[in-house]
Amino acid sequence: MSEIHFYFDDQLYKGQPGEPMAAALLRGGLLSITNSTYHGRPRGVIGLGVEEPNALVQLVSGTKESMRPATVIEVAEGLTARSLTGIGALPEDAEEARYDKTNRYVDTLVVGAGVAGLTAAAEELRAGREVLLIDDQPTPGGHLRHLGLELPSALGDMLSHKNLTYISRCTATGLYDQNYIVAIERRSDHLGNAAPVNRARIRVWHIRAERVILASGAFQRPLIFANNDRPGIMLSHAAATYVAVHGVKIFKQAVVVTIDNQGYRDALRLHNAGVNVLGIYDARSTASGASVDAAKAAGIPIHFRATVLDTSSNAEGILNGVTIQDLDTKEIVQTATDLLAVSGGWTPIVDLATHIGIKPTWSGQHAAFLVNHTTDKLRTAGMLAGDFGGDDDPAVFFGPVLDAEQARTAYIDLQRDSTLHDLRRGVGAGLHSIEHIKRYTTIGTAHDQGKTSGMLTIGALCQVNNGEPARSPADIGTLTFRPPYVPIPFAALAGRERGELSDPIRITPLHQWHVEAGAVFEDVGQWKRPWYFPKPGESMEDAVKRECIAAREGVAVMDASTLGKIDIRGADAGVFLDRIYTNMFSTLPEGQCRYGLMCKADGIVFDDGVTTRLGKNHYLMTTTTGGAARVLAWLEEWLQTEWPELEVYCTSVTEHISTIALVGPKSRALLGELVKDIDLSAAAFPFMHSREATIDGIPVRIARISFSGELAFEINVNWGHARYLWEKLWKLGRPYDLTAYGTETMHVLRAEKGYVIIGQDTDGTQTPYDLNMGWIVSKKKEFIGKRSFQLPYLKAAGRQQLVGLIQQPGEELIPEGAYITVLNATQDDQGAPADRHGKTQHTGFVTSAYYSQTLGAPFALALVADGLNRMGEVVSIPIGKKVLQATICDSVFIDKENTKRD
Amino acid sequence: MLYIPCPHCGLRNENEFHYGAEAGVGYPDPNTLSDSEWAKYLHIRANPKGWLAERWVHFAGCGRWFNLWRNTVTHEIGPVYLPFTKQPKAPAPETHRDGKEGSIQ
Repeated sequence: MSEIHFYFDDQLYKGQPGEPMAAALLRGGLLSITNSTYHGRPRGVIGLGVEEPNALVQLVSGTKESMRPATVIEVAEGLTARSLTGIGALPEDAEEARYDKTNRYVDTLVVGAGVAGLTAAAEELRAGREVLLIDDQPTPGGHLRHLGLELPSALGDMLSHKNLTYISRCTATGLYDQNYIVAIERRSDHLGNAAPVNRARIRVWHIRAERVILASGAFQRPLIFANNDRPGIMLSHAAATYVAVHGVKIFKQAVVVTIDNQGYRDALRLHNAGVNVLGIYDARSTASGASVDAAKAAGIPIHFRATVLDTSSNAEGILNGVTIQDLDTKEIVQTATDLLAVSGGWTPIVDLATHIGIKPTWSGQHAAFLVNHTTDKLRTAGMLAGDFGGDDDPAVFFGPVLDAEQARTAYIDLQRDSTLHDLRRGVGAGLHSIEHIKRYTTIGTAHDQGKTSGMLTIGALCQVNNGEPARSPADIGTLTFRPPYVPIPFAALAGRERGELSDPIRITPLHQWHVEAGAVFEDVGQWKRPWYFPKPGESMEDAVKRECIAAREGVAVMDASTLGKIDIRGADAGVFLDRIYTNMFSTLPEGQCRYGLMCKADGIVFDDGVTTRLGKNHYLMTTTTGGAARVLAWLEEWLQTEWPELEVYCTSVTEHISTIALVGPKSRALLGELVKDIDLSAAAFPFMHSREATIDGIPVRIARISFSGELAFEINVNWGHARYLWEKLWKLGRPYDLTAYGTETMHVLRAEKGYVIIGQDTDGTQTPYDLNMGWIVSKKKEFIGKRSFQLPYLKAAGRQQLVGLIQQPGEELIPEGAYITVLNATQDDQGAPADRHGKTQHTGFVTSAYYSQTLGAPFALALVADGLNRMGEVVSIPIGKKVLQATICDSVFIDKENTKRD
Repeated sequence: MLYIPCPHCGLRNENEFHYGAEAGVGYPDPNTLSDSEWAKYLHIRANPKGWLAERWVHFAGCGRWFNLWRNTVTHEIGPVYLPFTKQPKAPAPETHRDGKEGSIQ
């Protein structure tokens, strides 16, 4: 393959396409990649993959992603990166790469394409199952790749089996209940400049599998000794792989320190690649096996009961020697070397299994926690299950005895700069649980989540009692592993659901008209609603004043199509509504409308709206815009789970019927020009009545419903005819100076009349009585919530009740949500009224606040403790260091006698 | 994410469903209950460690309510049954994933 070029810290490096950046940097002679986060010590590559705690880089090209280990970045033409000291920086620019998601349902999912995973996949294929095989490496083979070996041909051939899907560069990040697996597939970074523009950079896989086979393999782990963090100290398997497979030639001599036979295998590889292996220091008293024999035969000096205690460095902090200790005589010798290869045993990757609660079990023979698990649904294979292969003698779980000074540089978590000293201090402070030690020392909390440091912590905790194992690892247990197994960019989780695709946008049939009229929109749930319609040069305040005056003195129109609408039919519809609403609906005459309030069983108001009886067995319910889905679900729950004997059918018709509210003293005159086939007079068409009519042959239903207190008509029309009707209204409305208004004006108008918005003027703790709406609670019938009104706490004094607040003309508007305190409470040091404990005594809060053109003053609705008994009381509203004042009053501010609505 | 067998639509992901707590708690006659009995109906539901018969609704699917047995420790799902049908027996105490009786330690 052709060589490619990339830049790291402004230096040009050469690499083979697809090889890890760490290999190319080492080959280029770069041992010290960065300084550590807190102690500022030089650090280099120690590992081979996602376990790498040291060699973090910041990508400068492409997505500018941060905190990526150099061991997992595949070099590609055009790649530019720089070193990073622990803390990454997010790019300033918005992420432009594409991300997507996919779902897969499969017979068997195999995680890991090492020999164990491939073998398991082959068995599954033979059993006739469809197999999805995912692996986080660019090519299959697992450890074979590190050894530079080809796949056995039988396993290689299997990859083209028609029932097998093999996804490379795909990391399982979480295993969840019922064999649900999330995995991320990296699809373009490795192609560098050549990546197709439209290809999703990362694809998130959501997989459901009948069977899951975990063959996730293992990481080699380091050992704890003084100054164990210097560049030049590496995991032996990583060192041997970089030297033997990736052609790293910068090491002349090596010392190998080990607790298992892996150290011998790696020493041999180093030896065979031309590195002078000065010695293998094995903490065990003896070792046997083919690898030991081969090392002996190769002439590598082997020292049992010996280990590395400390290291030395040159002026740049790079390793130049090690201190060896004889574990029996305690004698020490110094040896110069430029590579220290460390084999501290294998740590099987138990993370995925533990995500669903499986506890790993300690195996002394392996010096490792294993998950040896076999059920029909889930099984483990390979190193995870304890199959370490070969003829290995048992490993030992070991660390040398270090004094207090040595412990200060004996690193456990290299990324967090947490040392044995820190751990001992934690134990000294009385912490015993590994979870507490983790939180005290921050071990295992970095980007690598303790992939190398977790087991070291367990080992150190075993040793804290004068080096004698006070506890076994089985007693201590592992850290808790939680998804994701590797970091996932937020952009990948978002996928394509970003910006305007992050949530559905719902628009009414009149939306385009509003846009053209220059409306400013507000989001109400998923709906886009016109907030106000400013004329050129108008502020919001100006526009709302003008719109309010038009509605109160002339004629104004609003698009109310977003109102939730539920069509309710059936022989028992009336009985059903009687149970749902606090007031009666079965007695409502056909063609009439009634306002209703519904409560949950706990007596708390839940939604409100006007329901019209369209026929004997037919009602149309309206709900708050935001409550439509919730209310329909509520109705269905009762019908399906409590009252199946009722014949009632509920259908959402929100988007079938468009509602246009025509409001103001001149509304009848204007509507009269549009509707010729019914009598609109107050006598013939009274308030809260509904009439069928036609406009230019279009059937409409007109209702005399007012959410403003003014004479008003709600015109209901098929969604598709709404725009025609709306345009016609505007043509005829010109002589009337017809004015469009939005939700802000609607709020001012309704608040002036004291009409509540459930969810704005309530906070989920109000009964109808708290809202001063006892008049709507039927005494004659049963309904949901009624029993709760008898509960002592809903009858108690001191409950927050809905009242009005009126301010003096010219005063500042109270912000919604502001706390209300008793008048002239003593002031705390912030200037706010306070009780003798220095706490502000609040007695309620403001739920809605507007400026009223009609009243000529700002006003508000508020929930105030015992408010209905406090009419006329002046209260304080502290806003920062200012204190506003207002007077408690009835929540109906204008036209208490309802003279205007006819 | 649970994989829930809707009796009408088949196996679907949990995020298509809403949870309805303990099954089999009928709406009582409110007027025969003391305040504390009524409060218990309102606010207290079983939440055992182990098998629980519970209500679910396939909100983003068919919209229908149904009941199922679920093990609150292992999330294993047992028999599924419709409202107003006979409640099947609770499954036998489970063997945990580790092969041990009982719960996650």
